[in-house]
Amino acid sequence: MIQGSNLTKRYPGGFEALRGVSFEIAAGDMVFVTGHSGAGKTTLVKLIAAIERPTSGSLVVNGQNVAALRDSALPYLRRHFGLVFQDHKLLFDRSVLENVLLPLQITGFGAREAKKRALAALDKVGLLGREKAPPIALSGGEQQRLAIARAVVNRPSILLVDEPTGHLDANSAEAILDIFRDFNRVGVTVVLSTHDTQWVERYQPRLLQLDHGQLV
Amino acid sequence: MNAWFSQHRAALVRAVRRLLASPLNTLLSLLVIALAMALPLAGYVLLDNLKSLAGHASGNQQISLFMADDASRKDSAEIESRLKQAVPGAWRFVPREEALKRLQDSEGMAEIVASLPKNPLPDAFIVEPGERSPEALEALRQTFSQWPKVAHVQLDSAWVKRFDAFVRLGRMVVALLAAVFCAGLLAVTFNTIRLQVLANAAEIEVARLIGATDAFIRRPFQYFGALQGAAGGLLAGGGIVLALRWLAPPIGELASLYGAQYALAGPHALDLVAVALFGALLGWLGAHLSVSLSLRQLG
Ligand SMILES: Nc1ncnc2c1ncn2[C@@H]1O[C@H](COP(=O)(O)OP(=O)(O)O)[C@@H](O)[C@H]1O
Ligand SMILES: [Mg+2]
Repeated sequence: MIQGSNLTKRYPGGFEALRGVSFEIAAGDMVFVTGHSGAGKTTLVKLIAAIERPTSGSLVVNGQNVAALRDSALPYLRRHFGLVFQDHKLLFDRSVLENVLLPLQITGFGAREAKKRALAALDKVGLLGREKAPPIALSGGEQQRLAIARAVVNRPSILLVDEPTGHLDANSAEAILDIFRDFNRVGVTVVLSTHDTQWVERYQPRLLQLDHGQLV
Repeated sequence: MNAWFSQHRAALVRAVRRLLASPLNTLLSLLVIALAMALPLAGYVLLDNLKSLAGHASGNQQISLFMADDASRKDSAEIESRLKQAVPGAWRFVPREEALKRLQDSEGMAEIVASLPKNPLPDAFIVEPGERSPEALEALRQTFSQWPKVAHVQLDSAWVKRFDAFVRLGRMVVALLAAVFCAGLLAVTFNTIRLQVLANAAEIEVARLIGATDAFIRRPFQYFGALQGAAGGLLAGGGIVLALRWLAPPIGELASLYGAQYALAGPHALDLVAVALFGALLGWLGAHLSVSLSLRQLG
């Protein structure tokens, strides 16, 4: 489903965040990308989502070579993914429901069907009943859940998640990770970056361990 | 189809919401746009009225045919017989004595006329030809001036031609004005939308990250620009209509002082629709350019 071979990412300024990284992720996998801060986890997630382009190497997602994709094709590639960003990227001038509706508006759902789906997604992350609230009124864990609801509302086949447990206490973190495990159990491929290796035992994911931009 | 429709409706709703969200800004932009459109529109209406006024006036076109100073009554009789043959239409002989008498009767001229050693005025014919196209009149003028003892032929419709030229110039000025103000309108929309794009940069970034096409991002702004342009156009048209209604009574009065009946013609409903559509088009274009540029800069 996702194949990277010999991926290198050099940022403007010359810093090599990834060097010769090769991996393969199959449909239905649950993968944790681990490593110290600055190891290149976020960079790898961004490459897969085509938010950054690799400097060299090839990256194939669903049979498409992402590295060679035209800019105008990127929106359609990204719709395969549900993206959860480390900083959530919620829209604070919109209600919880409107945040979740955004991906559906982008793909062009009718208002009624969109609302039904958005409420279902909010239900899955345990935010049903909060749909009118502004995101600012949510706790850190709840904001994370809202970001997840927005990522899954389009029923993507791949979830890409960057540091979902970063700012959370252990209990909230576990609750969040459980949500991703549940999605994985129904067949969604999950690629999740975390600097925190304490969760490996509980979820038994496949590991991509990064160290200074290289796979260990 | 359904998806297409719901996307456009959502974009339209968001555009309306944005317009209503900052009423003061919206009002100011609308005023600027309306002003930019009102000026050329006013010029257009003015020209339209002048043209119809000229149409009224050109109904009684005359050719004045002046005999030479030394022409005798016999020469005049010769011309008269030629006119009989050559010209379908009416004509009238004005002997030099009658012309002088008329001049004397006009106010303030009596003393001047009295001080003249002899009658300076020639015999004249006033011809009102049946065929009144500018070409036919011009042809007649040519013919008359070939005739013996004819000193000068004056086409009284010359002013109509001059007026026509003036109207044509006016039309060019209005077109130029329209072009300048269109550019202004584009610039205003461009700038308004640019500020909005910057204000919504976070939303645009997120939308792009989760798969929005540029077309999707542009759409609400395009609707915004189009709505603003259309509203500005309607406001301009409405302003002109009101101004004309206000001007109509004094102009009617003025016309009646000259024994004429004249009512100002306002823009037609179709003109107003055209102006609104044109405003919408320009607004849409300005928004399109603005968002496209901003998106390229956002990378
Ligand atoms: N946009 C960028 N420009 C330059 N350097 C960057 C950029 N993004 C990340 N880096 C650098 O690349 C390295 C890896 O970053 P990142 O992928 O964010 O690591 P991680 O997510 O594992 O903490 C870091 O040293 C970081 O400073
Ligand atoms: Mg990171």
